[in-house]
Amino acid sequence: MSLEKMIDTLKLTQLAGIIRKNIILSIYYSKSGHVGGSFSCADILTFLYFAELKIPDISDPNRDRFILSKGHSCPALYAVLSEKGFITEKELWKLRHTGALLQGHPEMGIPGIESPSGSLGQGFSFALGVALGAKKLEKEFRVYVLLGDGECNEGEVWEGAMFGAFHRLDNLVAIVDYNKLQSDDFCENITSLEPLAEKWKAFGWNVIEINGHDFKEIAFAFDLAKKIKKRPTCIIAHTIKGKGVSFMENNPEWHGSRAPTEEELKLALEELEK
Amino acid sequence: MVRTSLREAFGKALLELAKEFENFYVLDADVAGGTFTHWFREKYPERFIQCGIAEQNMMAAAAGLSSLGIIPIVTCYAVFASMRAIEQARNMVAYGNFNVKIVASHVGIDVGPDGATHQAIEDLAIYRAIPNFTVISPCDDIELKAALRWMLKTKGPVYMRTGRSSVPRIHFDDYHFDLGKPDVLINRDSDIVIFTSGITVHRVLNVAKKLERRSINVDVVNIHTFKPVNPSDFYPFLKGRKFVFTVEDHNIIGGLGTLIGEMILENGICAKLIKLGIKDKFGKSGEPEELAGDFGIGEKNIEQTILKLVVNN
Repeated sequence: MSLEKMIDTLKLTQLAGIIRKNIILSIYYSKSGHVGGSFSCADILTFLYFAELKIPDISDPNRDRFILSKGHSCPALYAVLSEKGFITEKELWKLRHTGALLQGHPEMGIPGIESPSGSLGQGFSFALGVALGAKKLEKEFRVYVLLGDGECNEGEVWEGAMFGAFHRLDNLVAIVDYNKLQSDDFCENITSLEPLAEKWKAFGWNVIEINGHDFKEIAFAFDLAKKIKKRPTCIIAHTIKGKGVSFMENNPEWHGSRAPTEEELKLALEELEK
Repeated sequence: MVRTSLREAFGKALLELAKEFENFYVLDADVAGGTFTHWFREKYPERFIQCGIAEQNMMAAAAGLSSLGIIPIVTCYAVFASMRAIEQARNMVAYGNFNVKIVASHVGIDVGPDGATHQAIEDLAIYRAIPNFTVISPCDDIELKAALRWMLKTKGPVYMRTGRSSVPRIHFDDYHFDLGKPDVLINRDSDIVIFTSGITVHRVLNVAKKLERRSINVDVVNIHTFKPVNPSDFYPFLKGRKFVFTVEDHNIIGGLGTLIGEMILENGICAKLIKLGIKDKFGKSGEPEELAGDFGIGEKNIEQTILKLVVNN
């Protein structure tokens, strides 16, 4: 590992800390939103936007595309877009409010948002369409799409998995934020996703399993994905729901049923500032 | 007289418009032989996208394709386009206001032998209720091609019905497709006006001819656009009429009958509305013309309903 990469990792850790603080603040002000799943993907999103995606301008036709198929985790994406300067920070504090720019799930028209999403499975299909279109138009950009683990219950995901492999979309990377918890309970107690990696492999995808909170592993996986030809890549990122705040970690209560109280916010911010 | 099915007309029109509009692609869900996109697949394989029997993924992928300036034409049977994949059409295509064109075959009981599971009698109602969608139901090959050309030139989500059985050509080559405007086929300022759409238009015209022999005049208006419409465009065809008929191969709930009912009310007109269509029940297997008779939208049904009304008044 070069010194340069080490410095990047430190910077990314700092950025992810700011993003987590903004996530919990925006959800506190909105009085609702999905904090657990936003925290579990915060490191992946930070890496994507600050070390991976080539987006010289949000309207550049050749920009890399990112689609948040697990749209309920948009507080994380909004915090990243704000940190990138695509939207102003003050918009974060009006998340989900009447008349606000930032909707409860991503909407077209929010700067930096590529696709509506939130109805699970659909952002993934959208991303596949973008990747196939890029092939048809001989565009060089790459397409990244983040799915939830619970989202993989949707039949549409597996329709898309067949489609992506059949059309040899090697310009597409799907990342599954595998935090092991879905809306009501642990994934294993809903319809059980395991063996998840084998499922994607069986559908013809190049599968890489990583720790989704380790920037070096994330970097490695994205680099490897670029070298694989004729097959799309699925990165199964093992993550922790609520990552960063001890009392939220692995606790189904923090999927999205409530926002933090003032006291909880204070405790969470203290932990995030450590 | 030229006779062709609307799905066949669609297949031909795709070939005819392929060079004029080089940015459209055809998406198929393993029904190219049924929707008549197989000719396009043979001639333009690089612009034909096989999605497999996976309509939900097809619909949302179309939105993604359109985000790059491609015009995706999503094709499958209407039951699947309007129900299996409707949430993708709503939450991705319509909500994102993407330039996706959905062209669906196998509509109404005209589907025939395949039976109720494959007979879409709700598609117009469903698509009409979704914001941003334009909803079109042409009645002959000329109108279908004109509508297809219009939608390829115009940005925004569109749902269009084709049809399975062959229908005679009604319009002339120079026909101009005027979105949202009622298309007047017979206008004599009669007491009776019949609004109709799609597969039933030629039947209504045949009935009008038969009634004329009995010295009964009826006006006939073809409705090719279900949304958007402007009530004032309907006023000239509603004012002063005693009886307004609607004839459609669609559930009478949410289809043409409902649309015309709204137009009557919004124009503040007092007229009796008689809705001929599928009366809120599922279809059956059978020959399309025989089924039309059984379900009350065949020529005899239309003629007898009108005659009865004229005799009793």
